[in-house]
Amino acid sequence: MSTTPLRPHGWLLAAILLGLLLAAPRFLDPYQLSVLTLALWFAYVGQAWNLMMGFAGQLSLGHALYVGLGGYAAAALYVHFGVGPWFGMLLAVAVAAVVGAVIGALGFRFGVRGVYFALLTIAFAEFTRIAFDHWDWLGGSGGLFLPVVHEASNDLWTLRGEPALYYYVMLAMTVLALLLVSVLLRSRLGYYWLAVREDQDAAAAAGVNVFRTKLSAVVLSGAMTAPGGVIFAFMHNNLFPEEIFSMARSIEIIIPPIVGGLGTLFGPIVGAFILTPFGEAVSLALDQAGLSLPGLKQFLYGLALMVIIIWMPHGIWPWLARRLGLFGRPGHGGGGEKAP
Amino acid sequence: MTDALLTVERVTKNFRGLRAVAEVSLTVPEGRVVALVGPNGAGKTTLFNLIAGVFPPDAGHIQLAGRRLNGLRPDQVCAAGIGRTFQMVRPFLDLSVEDNVLVGALLRSRHTATARQRARVVLEPLGLAPLANRTARSLTLLERKRLELARALATEPRLLLLDEVLAGLRPGELQPLLDLLQRFNRDAGLTILLVEHVMRAVMALSDQVVVLDHGEKIADGAPHDVIADPRVIECYLGTEQPTAPTRS
Repeated sequence: MSTTPLRPHGWLLAAILLGLLLAAPRFLDPYQLSVLTLALWFAYVGQAWNLMMGFAGQLSLGHALYVGLGGYAAAALYVHFGVGPWFGMLLAVAVAAVVGAVIGALGFRFGVRGVYFALLTIAFAEFTRIAFDHWDWLGGSGGLFLPVVHEASNDLWTLRGEPALYYYVMLAMTVLALLLVSVLLRSRLGYYWLAVREDQDAAAAAGVNVFRTKLSAVVLSGAMTAPGGVIFAFMHNNLFPEEIFSMARSIEIIIPPIVGGLGTLFGPIVGAFILTPFGEAVSLALDQAGLSLPGLKQFLYGLALMVIIIWMPHGIWPWLARRLGLFGRPGHGGGGEKAP
Repeated sequence: MTDALLTVERVTKNFRGLRAVAEVSLTVPEGRVVALVGPNGAGKTTLFNLIAGVFPPDAGHIQLAGRRLNGLRPDQVCAAGIGRTFQMVRPFLDLSVEDNVLVGALLRSRHTATARQRARVVLEPLGLAPLANRTARSLTLLERKRLELARALATEPRLLLLDEVLAGLRPGELQPLLDLLQRFNRDAGLTILLVEHVMRAVMALSDQVVVLDHGEKIADGAPHDVIADPRVIECYLGTEQPTAPTRS
């Protein structure tokens, strides 16, 4: 909340971390950089999801839908019409916003709340996946492949180049998403989201148009997620409906913000920067130990999640922020965040 | 006689054949305090919710200063000038006291800075200013009731609907809240319609008392006349000749 601003040493810490992130490609090998890029990707998409669930209180278990739609929209423009990724991003955002509006309007108009709304989001992601499996123009289940162009220099305009390019693009997007959400949270809409999250009937009694408030959260969250799909498509050069729209991806997207701190600005970032390297480290350690039991990695990952959630039920960030004394008053989050 | 601010005309609401409110009419004059009383299940809360827009009436009209309210959603009723509190208080638990009130204030001023100033002005007389940065979760019941009141007042209502705002409070806690409501009515000219079980509060506060029983209005008038009304005594205490078998 604006009543609990970040303390000076909090800003200093943020500046140092940003400086480190900016310099990181100079020190890291390509593999380490790809892990960091992946962490940024999850931080960005997690921020988009957190807007809807953490701040407006609307649970989506189908956010892979917006990733997939964004990826396919930009990839289709590129593959079929030669249109570059940044124009593709406009289409991606528009498509995701419209689909978000349809889901939101359907759910909220008919009073579908809570877990039932979450089921609706799963249903949309699933039938979109099946539809894309059979849409030959977009490659069907065989996948859509983007032509790989080897260029000597990095080209930001066509999103073609070395890993560091994608790293910096994801870093910029993550910072922009953080700024956007923090500005929104200080606006009338932001407070209305929090009110609806807390108690939608009480919010309505205080003059909040609940339908419009919830709809805006779904539309914005979907629209914000889509660029994540665009980067995904141009980074990996391929899209498979089974993978991009999968339930597993939807779950993967929501774990970092939950572990990092639901309804906090920095939670998605902290969660992604802890979980992504942790998952990779577990894989590496198991490889080096020569253990290749199927499912062992997932088991250890799950175990770690359980420990974190039991130990810090409000997520890592609120605990960390309190420990470091980053905010003015104890017991308060920042930026309209849930108090621990 | 002052002009009627709220007019309820032959309003009816059925729930699956149960007639919760049957052709009830009442008026709340501008600047007055009207109490809605009656035994449990008399239809008070239903009538209250009909006015607040929680559900539409099956028949009849509800008007605020000549403007038709039927069929409006709760937020539209609020925007039309009716603020309400809930019987079981419903603060935004994880938000600060100030932000709770800010949400109400944002109805009239879109800018958070102006709305925040307005919220602070509302908190002051309710004694909540020192608690402004606490989370609502940390408040006592009495403080939560005052917060509920503050959030409703922040929407700058012409009419305040209070649903058993005194319920659950200890006797010592009643008087300060009563004084506060009286002040809002006398000094700020706020019109109040309250549903209340605490008769002491009803007698002290209201200019007019409306009694509901089984969904119908059975009395309407000055507090002292109404409590002397045989029909009212009957609905609260039963008839004078007991029909029940006498105890041995």
